[in-house]
Amino acid sequence: MVSVDNITKTYQKGTVKAVTGVSFSVAEGELFGLIGPDGAGKSTLFRILTTLLLPDSGRATVNGHDVVADYRQIRNQVGYMPGRFSLYQDLTVEENIQFFATVFNTSISENHHLIEDIYVQLEPFKKRRAGKLSGGMKQKLALCCALIHRPTVLFLDEPTTGVDPVSRKEFWEMLGRLKKQGITVVVSTPYMDEAALCDRIALIQHGNILAIDSPQGIIDAYPTSLFAIKATDMPRVSHVLATQEPPFIGYIFGEYIHVDAPGKGNRDLTDELTELLTNAGLNGVEVKPIAPTIEDCFIKMLTS
Amino acid sequence: MTTTGPIIKTDKLTKRFGDFIATNEISFEVYKGEIFGFLGANGAGKTTAMRMLCGLSKPSSGKATVAGFDVYRQTEQIKQHIGYMSQKFSLYEDLTVLENIRFFGGIYGLDSRQLRQKSDALVERLGLQSEAKKLVGDLPLGWKQKLAFSVAVLHEPDIVFLDEPTGGVDPVTRRQFWAMIYEAASRGITLFVTTHYMDEAEYCNRISIMVDGRIEALGTPADLKMQLNEPSMDGVFYQLARGAKRGD
Repeated sequence: MVSVDNITKTYQKGTVKAVTGVSFSVAEGELFGLIGPDGAGKSTLFRILTTLLLPDSGRATVNGHDVVADYRQIRNQVGYMPGRFSLYQDLTVEENIQFFATVFNTSISENHHLIEDIYVQLEPFKKRRAGKLSGGMKQKLALCCALIHRPTVLFLDEPTTGVDPVSRKEFWEMLGRLKKQGITVVVSTPYMDEAALCDRIALIQHGNILAIDSPQGIIDAYPTSLFAIKATDMPRVSHVLATQEPPFIGYIFGEYIHVDAPGKGNRDLTDELTELLTNAGLNGVEVKPIAPTIEDCFIKMLTS
Repeated sequence: MTTTGPIIKTDKLTKRFGDFIATNEISFEVYKGEIFGFLGANGAGKTTAMRMLCGLSKPSSGKATVAGFDVYRQTEQIKQHIGYMSQKFSLYEDLTVLENIRFFGGIYGLDSRQLRQKSDALVERLGLQSEAKKLVGDLPLGWKQKLAFSVAVLHEPDIVFLDEPTGGVDPVTRRQFWAMIYEAASRGITLFVTTHYMDEAEYCNRISIMVDGRIEALGTPADLKMQLNEPSMDGVFYQLARGAKRGD
């Protein structure tokens, strides 16, 4: 459905490398996530795939159409929700949807079933100007407008950035329903917890893809065993772990520190770690082996 | 300055916009050196409350003091005793690292001798020596955010307001950023932080959760989890915020 082959894009006469030799493909009906922080190259890839930006080199196709030669066909077949709100601020909710429907030579009624459950939430505000909507409502309107011409592929660039956890969850439930209707979705996010909701993900940083797999595949590939540690004095836990020889590598995750020990492979270190911390005089020591999260995996790739 | 008692104290602080009550009688206290997480759904009234506490918006009713100053009458004194950083706006992209430090330091009232000392020390501490004369716009986001935080505490304010400081930052940098927050708290600076990352709620000494203009819960992360019988902060937030009518 989407195929990216060795795409490179630089800015400012080649001095800023946005995307370096990136390749991946997305199958029909797949929910594919590009996961990475700001500046990783996610938006550049979206702009290339939606024919708004020319790559320096490499090739990409969407629905079999080349992003450079066949840009007209692609524009008719894809929906795009840019990271920055790009609808008409001085048109109302209803007028914006109407406008995008007309541009694509369709009507709201013709594709109403696609936007129905999003539109229900927007309906009380349909006479409000888009510029006066709150952040979450703007995102829902943008999704409606991106869907109104029944695209086969939907590109969503950071649709949940700055959105609270409850609204983020609702947004992902909507994406799940779109997927059921057969729409291929390519979505980017800086929130690692959302990765688990995709069929497959690409972890991306500094314009390079670090890994592509299903979320479970990424987790299974974590090279060592991992432990969650808690005690009453957490700064001391960090200190004790870091001053061992060789040091244990720990990153704080909420109320726990996640620790692995490179070079010790998949051994169960529960007893060893408990003993170490208890002997260091720490109270309330809790050590348990855990399955890595996507965030653990991302940190591992960034630091090794 | 020396303050006894809470460094922020609000009593039924309220802001109305016409018929709409953005912030509805919120009462809470924040103590010196505390890391206070100010959580809530989009549209719950957090930004309005923060604007009042920073002396940028006059309350409709209720009382509040920040660093001992009144939010109605002493807004200029408040501004001199706080720092502010947000993900959306922090530094001027088309000024260099050093120019930004000097600009904001100057705004916060440092004299030229302090500025020279502090900016050199800061550049060195952040390891930005070779970037000091580069435009901030050319720095990676993580460095920008660390620099922005350092600039916001350059004048050793009593309180720093951090509005989603880690949005979009990679997971390693996000944790380094929190190490800087802890370091500032250990120097006695009070941190008032908003975030949508629930793991970061755990790093706060206490948090409040706003729903539809009101503070629905306030306590240590452990207390809130126990009260609501939820194993994680995610669950706590979801339980409280999913009933929001205002939504956004």
